[in-house]
Amino acid sequence: MKNYELFDKNTRAFIYGQQQKAAQRMLDFDYLCQRETPSVAGFITPTGAGYYKLFWGTKEISIPRYLTVEDGIKDNPDADVMVNFASERSCAESTMEALDTQNIRTIIMIAEGVPQRDVRKIAKLAKERGKWIIGPATVGGIKPGCFKIGNAAGPVDNIKDTKLYRPGSVGFVSVSGGLSNEGYNIVARNTDGIYEGYAVGGDVYPATTLIDHLLRYELNPNIKMMVSLGEVGGKDEYQIVQAIKDKKITKPLVMWVTGTCAEMLPGGVQFGHAGAKADSKDDTAKAKNAALREAGVIVPNSFEDYGEKIKMTFEKLKAEGKIEEIEEPTPPNIPMDYAQAVAEGLVRKSTNFISTITDETGEIHDYCGVPIDQVIKEKYGIGGVLGLLWFKKDLPQYARDFIELVIQIVADHGPAVSGAHNTIVTARAGKGLIESIISGIVTIGPRFGGAVNGAAKHFSWGLENGLEARDFITEMKKKNVRVQGIGHRIHSIDNPDERCEVMMNFAKEHFPDHSLLDYALKVQDVTTMKKNTLILNVDGCIGVLFVDMLKSLKYSDKEIKEMIDMGFFNAFFIIGRTMGFMGHYFDQKRLKTPLYRHPWDDILYDVPDKPEKV
Amino acid sequence: MAQKGIREFDAKRMMSIALPFYSNGKIKFEAKQVLIDAKTDLKKLETENPWLKDEQLVAKPDQLFGKRGLNNLLYVNKSWVEVQNWINERMNKTVEITQTTGKTKGELTNFLVEKFVPHEEEYYIAITTHRDNDTIHFSTKGGVNIEEVWDSVVTLDIPLFKEIDELDFATFLPEELNEKKEIIAEFIKALYKMVVEYHFVYLELNPFTFVDGYPVALDAVAKVDDYASFQCAEMWNNLKFPNPFGLEKTPEEEKVDELDERTGASLKLTVLNPEGRIWNLVAGGGASVIYADTVVDLGFTNELANYGEYSGNPSTELTYGYTKTVLDLMTRKKDSQGRPKFLLIGGGIANFTDIAKTFTGIIQAVEEYVDKLKETNVEIYVRRGGPNYREGLKNIKDMGKRLGIPTEVYGPETHMTKIVSMALDKKGGK
Repeated sequence: MKNYELFDKNTRAFIYGQQQKAAQRMLDFDYLCQRETPSVAGFITPTGAGYYKLFWGTKEISIPRYLTVEDGIKDNPDADVMVNFASERSCAESTMEALDTQNIRTIIMIAEGVPQRDVRKIAKLAKERGKWIIGPATVGGIKPGCFKIGNAAGPVDNIKDTKLYRPGSVGFVSVSGGLSNEGYNIVARNTDGIYEGYAVGGDVYPATTLIDHLLRYELNPNIKMMVSLGEVGGKDEYQIVQAIKDKKITKPLVMWVTGTCAEMLPGGVQFGHAGAKADSKDDTAKAKNAALREAGVIVPNSFEDYGEKIKMTFEKLKAEGKIEEIEEPTPPNIPMDYAQAVAEGLVRKSTNFISTITDETGEIHDYCGVPIDQVIKEKYGIGGVLGLLWFKKDLPQYARDFIELVIQIVADHGPAVSGAHNTIVTARAGKGLIESIISGIVTIGPRFGGAVNGAAKHFSWGLENGLEARDFITEMKKKNVRVQGIGHRIHSIDNPDERCEVMMNFAKEHFPDHSLLDYALKVQDVTTMKKNTLILNVDGCIGVLFVDMLKSLKYSDKEIKEMIDMGFFNAFFIIGRTMGFMGHYFDQKRLKTPLYRHPWDDILYDVPDKPEKV
Repeated sequence: MAQKGIREFDAKRMMSIALPFYSNGKIKFEAKQVLIDAKTDLKKLETENPWLKDEQLVAKPDQLFGKRGLNNLLYVNKSWVEVQNWINERMNKTVEITQTTGKTKGELTNFLVEKFVPHEEEYYIAITTHRDNDTIHFSTKGGVNIEEVWDSVVTLDIPLFKEIDELDFATFLPEELNEKKEIIAEFIKALYKMVVEYHFVYLELNPFTFVDGYPVALDAVAKVDDYASFQCAEMWNNLKFPNPFGLEKTPEEEKVDELDERTGASLKLTVLNPEGRIWNLVAGGGASVIYADTVVDLGFTNELANYGEYSGNPSTELTYGYTKTVLDLMTRKKDSQGRPKFLLIGGGIANFTDIAKTFTGIIQAVEEYVDKLKETNVEIYVRRGGPNYREGLKNIKDMGKRLGIPTEVYGPETHMTKIVSMALDKKGGK
């Protein structure tokens, strides 16, 4: 590669930063140009090494990530470009790092807002070392057929429209990154296209200036004419005037300096670019355009006839036989990104999943249509949230309160019950929170905690079938089913369970319908006649009252049955009791209890002398 | 952006901390000064700065303009009572000042009050920054318009990467300074180190003098590189950048500044003429300048209502907020002659800004202002290209039809600024 070239069709670059999108655009460009290898050698991502997946045409490929530039160079000694997407805070430092390597020859600084003194130092070092910097505050540039910097030149269809996949005869350079793409478009419409094009960036001190690139273009025999777009502020354009006087620039140059309006506006207006401000008469766009025109540059009357002047200049060169016809290649198709196709309504696909309770795709997540901030503001509480997520309903206050009441009542029942016991044993075996509570939760079922569901089922069946309390017990006995939710170890009709009292009183006061509770109490009247501890216990109470709550909420019997079958009622027990399990876990960890081993004297060893032979 | 002027008060405040530090205590620099605006509690100020009542004082506006003596805005060798009266008479008054660059009208809002320093010698120093070096300019003939005595100015270039301590000040500074030479050299070195470390891009003290063997700056003009604010936050210590004199920001401009600060994208707005009929809603720092150029070129400078730009792929929400601000300003009043107003939604071919997304924000704002836009007879002209531009252009075209607002829409096939002449030629009518 000649000194005046920055890139060729084998150029490979590192991308500094997690910029998969920009890298994908580079790869799409490569594919359009029918390059043999992707131009992205790897990513430099100090937060982690590994790989990124990108498309190469229709195929997916992996591109390595490195922690440092040095690491990247070890694997890719041929890569000599770094496209630096680091933020303005770290851009100077990472650029210095790359500048200090043997391999990296060209660095593009994308960030806007890099301190001037840092950039000045970088620019000076780069020049001393024969290296090239483009930027900062730029989108980069493009060399058709060879290499594209990051996001320059926009989407694939623009690259196709402006034939940026194959070289033309025009060297373009602008100050503004945003306008560079417009420049390529104007050049494409009025000539045979861009040979290379860059934006040096709108800072006060871009590391390389318009003249640096124009001088390269002058040396390059493939470039027949030059097009440039300057800007009010600074004196860089006068170097072009001088270069023409010194015969260092001889090729036709069409150039316009923007910002001619600045003198008509109040003095303090700062345009969008940091460098776009005239500090003296020489810095104004008018003065610069005049000086360029006088030096022999083809300067239009305004931006309006910029394109015409470019066309005239190109046609003249063509008439002089200085420009050869280009054999047009047919660029391959780049498949459209799925997301793009969806956005344009070109494709559709059926989904594999469906969610009807939450949506996290909007700006704020919502629970069944209620944004979370509203949930908090309107004090939905745990009961209200469970209403949204489990019932998909905005529950009335009494239902929210009842749910919270239940959760509080079932939260723990001491260390001896099977779930808490398992949690404790697991915690003492040195396992973590998740394993410990899971070992507790897995014991919840028909025998432990499951009576809630069972009670709901049994009593509902009795009531639905119009059985008197006594008949209900008889029928259950006939079926050989123990009525769930009846009976307690200590509490009796004379020594009632306070927890049940609280729930029943709440329901009687607030529930519009408590018919199943009334029914269950009638059953209790019968069972306690036999033995006074055969009362409606906590599980039974919860099960029965949940049915009443659902009835109050106008759920049909069929819907309630479905919910019971789903294990819905146990869910309240699980969520409440998990809080207790976690308490036991933390308790054991705090106490640093050792591994549990069950004592021998608590085990009956009744092992036969020998196994039965079969 | 980038090079920003700071108040004399702030420059001296920083010098009072930086100079002793960078000279290892050899330079003492006292900043007996207060900054007063309309909200200042003068009683409290007086308690916190008892010297105000004890010393003779100097008062002057501190709003990024010079030639205060010539403009009768310098009040020298007065008591605290006199100074208060003088400031009260001028606070929030609009005055016209004359500078080398011309006349400017603006409101007086900030006054610097400092200790009056009787003195004889007046020296000049300026430190300027350039691409490959910094330059120190020094003269023993300070206190005047320095251009008039430019022959007396000696200069010293300091190339990048060169340490100031390695430079030969003995030959640089004029012989006539005699025994002062050493302290002035120390002073300049400390000043230069501050310029470098505090990321100043310009510093001028015209003049400075000596009291009890230590330098005192009688005036200070300074600019810093605000790109370095992330490095200098502590050293600058809550530095605020005042607007250039006569260009106080409107609430709307301040709102856009706020939006701008919230994001990595860029949003800018300067209202030039609220009565103007041509309002630009242009994407891109480069393109926005060309649209303004074109309006001026076509002879409609007086009708140009604003300069502004949005770029760097702003979110839909930000574009919405920005557009609303512009629409609100443009629909406050009908044109006095009932002529149409023009909203130019312009821009080049974007590299990575999502056109559909940004246009969604614009459309939302237009929908909100549809009645006002109709009332003020607004016509919309659009030209844009870039990612998803087809979808964006289609949406905005549909919007025009749906809302009944005349809307003409063009893409990359039309020259970027063509919509300016389309709007103005057709119905502009000079």
